[in-house]
Amino acid sequence: MDIQALVGEIPEQGEYNLEGIDFITSGEQYLTFMLGNEQYAVDILCVEEIRSWELPTIIPNAPDYVKGVINMRGIIVPIIDLRQKFNITKAIYNETTVVIVLTIETEEHHRTIGFVVDAVSDVLNAEKNEVKPAPAFGGCIGQKFITGLVNVGEKVVTLLNVEALQEIEPHKIN
Amino acid sequence: MSIDLSQFIPSFLEESFEGLELMESSLLTLEAGDNETIHSIFRAAHSIKGGAGTFGFIKVTDFTHLVETLLDEMRDGRRKIVQSDVEILLDSVDCIRLLIETARDGEDCQDEKIANTSALLAETLGEKQPDIVTTSSVDNSQSNEVLNESSNLNQWGISFLPKHQLVQTGNDPLLLFNALADFGELIVQADTDELPPLTEMNSEELYLSWQLQLSSDCTEQDIIEVFEWVEDECELIITEKKEIDESRVVTEKIEPSADTKLSNPNINDSQTTNSVPETTPVVTQKTTANISTADKNNADKAPSKKADVGSIRVGVDKVDSLINLVGELVITQSMLSELGNDFDVSKVERLKSGLEQLLQNTKELQESVMRIRMLPISFAFNRFPRLIHDLSKKTGKSIELIIKGEQTELDKTVMEQIGDPLVHLVRNAADHGIESGEVRLANGKPEQGTITLNAYHQGGNIVIEINDDGGGINRQAVLNKAIEKGIVEPNASLSDSQVFDLLFEPGFSTAKEVSDISGRGVGMDVVKRNIQALGGRIQVDSEEGKGSTFKVHLPLTLAILDGQLVRVGSQVYIIPLISIVESLQVQKKSINRVSGDMILYRLREDNVPVLPVYQLFNLEAINKELINALLVVVEADGQKVGLMVDDLLAQQQVVIKSLKDNYQQVDGISGATILGDGSVAMILDIPGMINIALTQAKNAQKFLEQETA
Repeated sequence: MDIQALVGEIPEQGEYNLEGIDFITSGEQYLTFMLGNEQYAVDILCVEEIRSWELPTIIPNAPDYVKGVINMRGIIVPIIDLRQKFNITKAIYNETTVVIVLTIETEEHHRTIGFVVDAVSDVLNAEKNEVKPAPAFGGCIGQKFITGLVNVGEKVVTLLNVEALQEIEPHKIN
Repeated sequence: MSIDLSQFIPSFLEESFEGLELMESSLLTLEAGDNETIHSIFRAAHSIKGGAGTFGFIKVTDFTHLVETLLDEMRDGRRKIVQSDVEILLDSVDCIRLLIETARDGEDCQDEKIANTSALLAETLGEKQPDIVTTSSVDNSQSNEVLNESSNLNQWGISFLPKHQLVQTGNDPLLLFNALADFGELIVQADTDELPPLTEMNSEELYLSWQLQLSSDCTEQDIIEVFEWVEDECELIITEKKEIDESRVVTEKIEPSADTKLSNPNINDSQTTNSVPETTPVVTQKTTANISTADKNNADKAPSKKADVGSIRVGVDKVDSLINLVGELVITQSMLSELGNDFDVSKVERLKSGLEQLLQNTKELQESVMRIRMLPISFAFNRFPRLIHDLSKKTGKSIELIIKGEQTELDKTVMEQIGDPLVHLVRNAADHGIESGEVRLANGKPEQGTITLNAYHQGGNIVIEINDDGGGINRQAVLNKAIEKGIVEPNASLSDSQVFDLLFEPGFSTAKEVSDISGRGVGMDVVKRNIQALGGRIQVDSEEGKGSTFKVHLPLTLAILDGQLVRVGSQVYIIPLISIVESLQVQKKSINRVSGDMILYRLREDNVPVLPVYQLFNLEAINKELINALLVVVEADGQKVGLMVDDLLAQQQVVIKSLKDNYQQVDGISGATILGDGSVAMILDIPGMINIALTQAKNAQKFLEQETA
């Protein structure tokens, strides 16, 4: 068989038929989730796992939005309710309530924290130029938590900064 | 010959430090004419010297040689054992330790003490034994060498012309060169003139010859020894060039071939013949390999970083018992898995007993593993005879040290961290506790003071007692001082233990009055903090005129904690057993309410403040009434409080996990653990909880004051 002929048959990059496979992309990937009726997203590379809601062990004198800690394969992981932290909707715990466990590794520390959200929806691909800066008008989420907005069809998804989310202000004893 | 020696350095260091400890303790007990002791000291010094020589720690070798000479004379009876010599030897032990440490870190030791001590040693060796003046002068020059590090390197030129069949007898020239490189800097130059064309070459013959340049302080004999095995199969020419100065050595490094020409006429010929047929395909190559000591230095430095990891010597019996247990565990496991193959209800009983066995095995295995980290406390106690020896010399007091319970075992990490606080306490006892001889006699005590160190197990803890029969703590002086400093209200009534606890206040007794209250308290806050950081506590007992006792309670290990599980509302908490005084059911008649809101519980003579845990932690309480609750009386910082809990659950050992990793430090909580059912439980930090209670009370008072104003 003629090797040259075979080489000619190898399709060049991009020629593959990738119908229905949208994970090969040059842009960033985000995990989108719901808080109330709004859509938010975090960098998918930070996501350690998605767990169903379970009652955590309470941390004494912690802020309201810190629900407690759970045991994730021998690691003690704090659980933060994003809805309460951002004051978005009432924190109701039902079947779709899930915990997204996010890990960030920096030079100084390695932090794993779980965040309670209403539901996980989808994986979003966004090119750099699709991420628009968020307008600085009010809203109950501080600017430092938001990296940008992405338009998806008619709706808009807010990208959140995981590192800022993981910061917890020190407790105060009342 | 090419074994990488650096891998043995850690064991050498370990053995040397052990040897030094042995020397130290033996020197302290050395009495004139005691042959066995002096022999063991000599042996220890000798093995340090030998080991240091092997690894090229020249300074250590040279210094130890002096010590060894002195010891040798004592051993032979040529020199009488006098106290002043023993002092010098003790100082020498310190010096050797310092030298080894600096050699380990790859640094250059410039400590004056070493120079002084080695001069002193040389002097001692010289003055008392006139007949060995020669040796002592040698020693002198050696000690100078130690200081100046001026070494007289000889330059050796070696032509190594092996016969073609050398490699067939299993000899490898590379090994020889490595052995030479151990002597010093070696420059190897291969001569490839005799290499036949590839087609004619016999792969089993050696066609190369070598020119070697060795700068080293070794003798000709040493070099010949290296070539001992190949003597008959080669032509070996060794030429010596004396006293090459540094600059010369450097030029040689740059132009090695030029130098070889001078040193050996043979090679001259070969080179000239070489330069002619340059056009032939077999190009003559001069390979210059510089096997210098540079990478040897690197190898020396590498393990010094690793040295911090530390190692444990474990008794074979401990390892054996571990292996036995693992064997049993494997048997139990196979039994259980067989049981599971075709399981039916009739086998429930066997399953139960199997699980029971598994529990037993796991528990024993855990204990054995923990035991590996356990070392006898003598490791920490060993330094005290020397300390007391030095202190009694310095203060002029005669002090006897009694050590008990040296075999009590303690976790290695705890041991390492308790050393310094203990030194502080012992030094305090000797310095301030024990009175001077005259005062003691006047008070009807024996002139010699006694300090007793004792260690024993109590529950899951180890207790270390430091007791002195000195003057004790002047309660009133301490109290006055505290009032003056504003730590205590002038009319406060304090118990003895509360007064003595004042000694641990930061900044207490740094003033002149120190001597009045026997000076206790200098740095004592640090001692207390260190002990608390280990999860332990310290207690003081003292009787004026009779002496004082410091009791240090420590957990046996830092990784595992004995805890009492308690339930508060829906939450389970763990109280460290070490801090629990007692747990009791509340009696209605013992509850007293004072100043409106505060609840005191009468526990025999004491009134213990009651802290409801649900209030401290802002929990939803199921039960708010004290009468239905249980009280766990705990103690921290000499303060007893009763924690109100809903239920007492099991007592168990828990593995401590940090909350700081993923979260942050939480007041009142020292960590978390995972319980048998996989849920997380918080471990209570008793001193922290007392602090929360105090803060809450203060805030409430402020709030009230604002209200009324």
